Amino acid sequence: MYIIVVGAGKVGWNLGRELLEKGHEVTVIESNRRRYLTVEQELEHSVSYGDASELWVLERAGIQRADMVIAVTGDDEDNMLICQVAREKYEVGRIIARVNNPRNKPHFELLGIKPYVSATDLILRLLEHEVPDYGLVHLLDLQEEQLEIIEMLLGKDCGVTGRRVGDLEMPEGSLLISVLRDGKGFVPGPDTVLEVGDEVLAVLDPGHEEQLKELFGPAGGGRGNGAGG
Amino acid sequence: MFILIVGCGRVGSSVARSMLREGHEVSCLDEDPESHARLEVGLDKGWEDLGGQFTVGAGLETDALLAAGIERADAFIASTDGDNTNIVISQIAQKRYNVPTVIARILDPLRAEWYERQGMHTVCPTRVAIDMLESAVREGAPRGDAGPAGDGAAEAA
Repeated sequence: MYIIVVGAGKVGWNLGRELLEKGHEVTVIESNRRRYLTVEQELEHSVSYGDASELWVLERAGIQRADMVIAVTGDDEDNMLICQVAREKYEVGRIIARVNNPRNKPHFELLGIKPYVSATDLILRLLEHEVPDYGLVHLLDLQEEQLEIIEMLLGKDCGVTGRRVGDLEMPEGSLLISVLRDGKGFVPGPDTVLEVGDEVLAVLDPGHEEQLKELFGPAGGGRGNGAGG
Repeated sequence: MFILIVGCGRVGSSVARSMLREGHEVSCLDEDPESHARLEVGLDKGWEDLGGQFTVGAGLETDALLAAGIERADAFIASTDGDNTNIVISQIAQKRYNVPTVIARILDPLRAEWYERQGMHTVCPTRVAIDMLESAVREGAPRGDAGPAGDGAAEAA
């Protein structure tokens, strides 16, 4: 694949190196002269000097034949517009944009720039995963498909342990898809009885996290969804 | 009309003053509080006393746009010193807040042309300068025979 990476900061430089090692053809575009000269010592002809906001700089880098454009500069406006132009003017098949300020995410969405990657979000996800108290962990957002997949660890005081899956009042639009127990995973049936220490995966329509959290939270702590069955 | 101007530099502030003088309601947004002073150049009263509005904030900040009144703006002018900022906030004004008239100042002629074709109303000062310079040169009269003696002689030879 021919991949153009815009921005030779820590992310862009390392990305460029990794992609080259994987055998891709890569051009990294950097607008800061000093940074360019530093990176050029290693990446040589795979780095190009210029402001990728300017169309002729992109064209000089061969954007017309690029399979992918990845914009990872430190400036969100630059990243948005480089991706917008890449996709809409040059019809590049795949784009990836970096979000520096998470508050700009709605702007990326408004301009249809996706997928985008936000370091803040990634660290938050990791935090959720590493801190078990946090309850439920987002594993995957399928934005196009309007679904998400989450993981929950069933603790000692969890309200659903010892109960049959078939008896759970799962919120509409949610489904348990797997149980990880003693290092082995399986797909639960209605007769599966949940145990303390199970890690369960659920797929759900976005917005149902709170209901699931209540159902799978500490017994008695749940409001509204009183234990039925 | 209610006009929101983002970027209160020389261009933005001049347009703001003219529009206010013409009786429009004008709101300016700039991240530099000092730019307020530029609005009052040549005015005998304060900007606010004349009915103007001024908000400190960046054009990309939703809160700042709302505070500056984007939801009721009839016209939106993006005249910050950054092309990229102008292009992005113009699209936000157009697509998210449905402002009827949106104008972006874009210095880069190539991109101004492309975004214009995509339906954005753009003003490109660089393009204007290029056109004016070219036509000024075309309109200029060629050097007559009575040029400076030395050069003329050399050319004639």
